[in-house]
Amino acid sequence: MKMVECIEVNKTYQQGQVNVRALKDVSLAIATGEFVAIAGPSGSGKTTLLNLIGGLDSVDSGTIVVDGHRFDQMSQSQLADLRLNRVGFVFQAYNLIPVLSAAENVEFVMLLQGLPAKERRQRAKAILDDVGLEGKYERRPAELSGGQQQRVAVARAIVSNPSIVLADEPTANLDSKTGKGLLQIMKKMNEEKKITFIFSTHDKMVMNYARRLILIRDGCLADDQVKSN
Amino acid sequence: MYLQLAWRNIWRNTRRTTVILVAVVIGIWSMILLGALMRGIAVGMIKNGISTLTGHLQIHYKGYRSDPAIEHSIADPQAVERVLNKVLPSGARWTSRVRVNAVASNARHSSGVTMVGIEPSSEANVSFIGAAVYQGRYLTQQDQNGILVGEALRDKFETKIGRKLVLMSQNTGGEIASRAFRILGVFRAEMETTEKQFIFVTREASQIMLQLDTGISEVSVMLPGKPDNPDAISELKAALPQDQFEVHSWRELLPFQTAYLRILDGFIWIWYLVVFVAMGFGIVNTTLMAVFERIREFGLLKALGMKPWWILREVLTESFLLLLSGMIIGNFLAFLSIYLLSEIGIDLSALAAGAEYAGMSRIIYPAIEAKDIFMANGVVMLLGLLVSAYPATKAARFIPVKALAHI
Repeated sequence: MKMVECIEVNKTYQQGQVNVRALKDVSLAIATGEFVAIAGPSGSGKTTLLNLIGGLDSVDSGTIVVDGHRFDQMSQSQLADLRLNRVGFVFQAYNLIPVLSAAENVEFVMLLQGLPAKERRQRAKAILDDVGLEGKYERRPAELSGGQQQRVAVARAIVSNPSIVLADEPTANLDSKTGKGLLQIMKKMNEEKKITFIFSTHDKMVMNYARRLILIRDGCLADDQVKSN
Repeated sequence: MYLQLAWRNIWRNTRRTTVILVAVVIGIWSMILLGALMRGIAVGMIKNGISTLTGHLQIHYKGYRSDPAIEHSIADPQAVERVLNKVLPSGARWTSRVRVNAVASNARHSSGVTMVGIEPSSEANVSFIGAAVYQGRYLTQQDQNGILVGEALRDKFETKIGRKLVLMSQNTGGEIASRAFRILGVFRAEMETTEKQFIFVTREASQIMLQLDTGISEVSVMLPGKPDNPDAISELKAALPQDQFEVHSWRELLPFQTAYLRILDGFIWIWYLVVFVAMGFGIVNTTLMAVFERIREFGLLKALGMKPWWILREVLTESFLLLLSGMIIGNFLAFLSIYLLSEIGIDLSALAAGAEYAGMSRIIYPAIEAKDIFMANGVVMLLGLLVSAYPATKAARFIPVKALAHI
């Protein structure tokens, strides 16, 4: 079953007076439960593709379908609902809310979903335990290391059982050991919870972890390799 | 958790929040305190006016107010008293007076005055004079030659208790009547002009001097409860023959004070708006800064699935908590200031002449009205949220992908 389908997607940005074609006729399909890395040099269009798949930005032309929802037929409010209930995000810069504790950051998505406080707290603690942050529930982001913050971000992304998690260079700010630990956690979540993971990266280690590697160069799909186990 | 988040966000920049909090506190404090002082001035003016021989209402012979000549006296006061006994609510007090213009003179000076002939016992329950004598003594019914003068008139006439004072006025026959009185007491009034203008004799003495028989100039009534009682006035009007009598409320008898009351609310509103405009700029500026410092965060919130309306609500909640905190502290300080001032008041003796001109008391005591408190707090909260809506809307409109890329 297809989780993501991009059909002839085009996206152009304006940088000053110059138009930059970030994506050119990109078409791809990703099945449910895949663990995919989108790789390519800086400026190749990886982040743009992730933003489009996450509904954070809109295409100039082409069609994107995520979990059966066609974006071009959805309002901003419907897209927000989709992001809230079906999509988890992990950002390169962690992007945690600085005034909330680790547990509160994880709870926040469930709060938006309207879950009761007790259930939120239980699930947040359980998922933080899963990502190796036992006993650090009440720490604020500033009191956590980069690796720990990114684990909180992963916990936040998967706590509400999304269909898909989009991670934009999740290990870019981490040392290799911490990055490897994080990838193991995400792979475990992928295997146990059957959540589809899509990463953008130019890190060789991340590429090695992925079961499928999509290469993008100058906004075009350059290669698509599925590794055999 | 929304409230928790909003509260913590407010205190992310302690110095900035403290500055705007102080502005809100000062704004609320000054709004309530100044409103209470303005209201206190009005209350003092009305209290003075009512107790200075006005009362809550007066009954005159028809035409007396436009021409207060002796011919326009009430010839049969007992007829009026019968109506008063029948119509007025229990607890109402009244007194009848003779009031004419006269010339007072002694060996050294002379001056135009208003001679007021009073019934000492009933007058003491209605006007200020009963408690105003500070030297000598108050009149009794038997004091046919006694007179009360104001401190300022006594000083002007360079006289004292026991000395004579001659009054001259026109009697009912159109001739000049004069009579010598002996000063029995000296009174103090809230305003110096009252002390210079009014002299008091017994009603009987004035009637004899003016050949008025039992005639009087006015009946002054104090009603129980609030000064305004339109029902009592309309019942009196209906009960008294309209071709002979006129009934006037204190509002008609004190036009300056009534006009001040009418424009007071306008003054208070203008003051509220002036304070709010200054405060409003601070609120907008602070909230805008807080929003622009957190562009990435708002991008994140949108990426996580927050809808624009939720972000708007989040920013407005922060403003609400900031305003509420300022209001709590501001109200506390305002009530504390009012409590302290209610003991000592603000003494305007140094500005007595100017204050008197406006009919104000020498000492102003703040007066609180619930509507002023609600108005001040309502203005700050509603307009505060209204001006915060601009930065909140900005935050709600950030495009997530651009906001997340913001450095």
